[in-house]
Amino acid sequence: MNFADFVVPEAIRAELAAADKEGVVREMVQALMDAGQIEKDEFESIVSAILKREELGSTGIGRGVAVPHTKHPSVGRLVGNVAVSSRGVDFDSLDGEKVHLFFLLISPPDRPGDHLRALENISRQLRDDTFCKFLKQSKNEEDIRQLLDEADNDQFGS
Amino acid sequence: MTVVNPGGLHLRAASLIAELTGRVPAKVELIKGNKRVDATDVLQIVLLCAFEGDQLLLEATGQHADAVLETLSALFANSFDEDKLGTSRQGRQAEHNPGETSRSDAPCEGDRPSA
Repeated sequence: MNFADFVVPEAIRAELAAADKEGVVREMVQALMDAGQIEKDEFESIVSAILKREELGSTGIGRGVAVPHTKHPSVGRLVGNVAVSSRGVDFDSLDGEKVHLFFLLISPPDRPGDHLRALENISRQLRDDTFCKFLKQSKNEEDIRQLLDEADNDQFGS
Repeated sequence: MTVVNPGGLHLRAASLIAELTGRVPAKVELIKGNKRVDATDVLQIVLLCAFEGDQLLLEATGQHADAVLETLSALFANSFDEDKLGTSRQGRQAEHNPGETSRSDAPCEGDRPSA
């Protein structure tokens, strides 16, 4: 699975305004809503499901990365977006470090395999320090789109 | 060891494994096919892309190796407590979901033979 299979290009955010976990989740879900991927009346339910998942254990997996996610019946396919916070956000990460790179995923409850494939793709690309560095340094959404395209074309990682 | 939870080794399961193995001095590795990863690293565990039914090998060496293997075995057998969290029922629908790309049609990228 490639980034292009689940990342909604119009919902990418190069500089998050939010300074805390809930704020990040809200901003990213809002971006997906603005991109037409989520119905307005599902917004609160999705935000609350993602935050509930965070209560089970932070999705801040270390190395400045978090993958907030949830299953939700309102989506027909796996959708996600990418966002960057240059100043970093306290996300209760496993390593205690601030998070700069966010990958948010919303998947239909009946398709756990696609969720796992997306996670594998994210993890694989994150192994490459250059990819992480460039993503963190992205100045705008176009930079990120280009970077994800390059990653999909095997220009990073293994 | 068999992955029995419907969601496979997803992020929460991987975090539980990494948290547990990170607490002991033993060196613990997870092996799936020809892939061998450090069990203290969440990203590496996720990279195994282990689905329900996949067979994994656990290897531990050093101090408390036996204890950590026992605890990990229990975690796998208990589906990483998903039944307790009520998350496995939804996942089981996938077994009969024709809409999802089947495993054989879409392996994880890391499973592709290298060129």
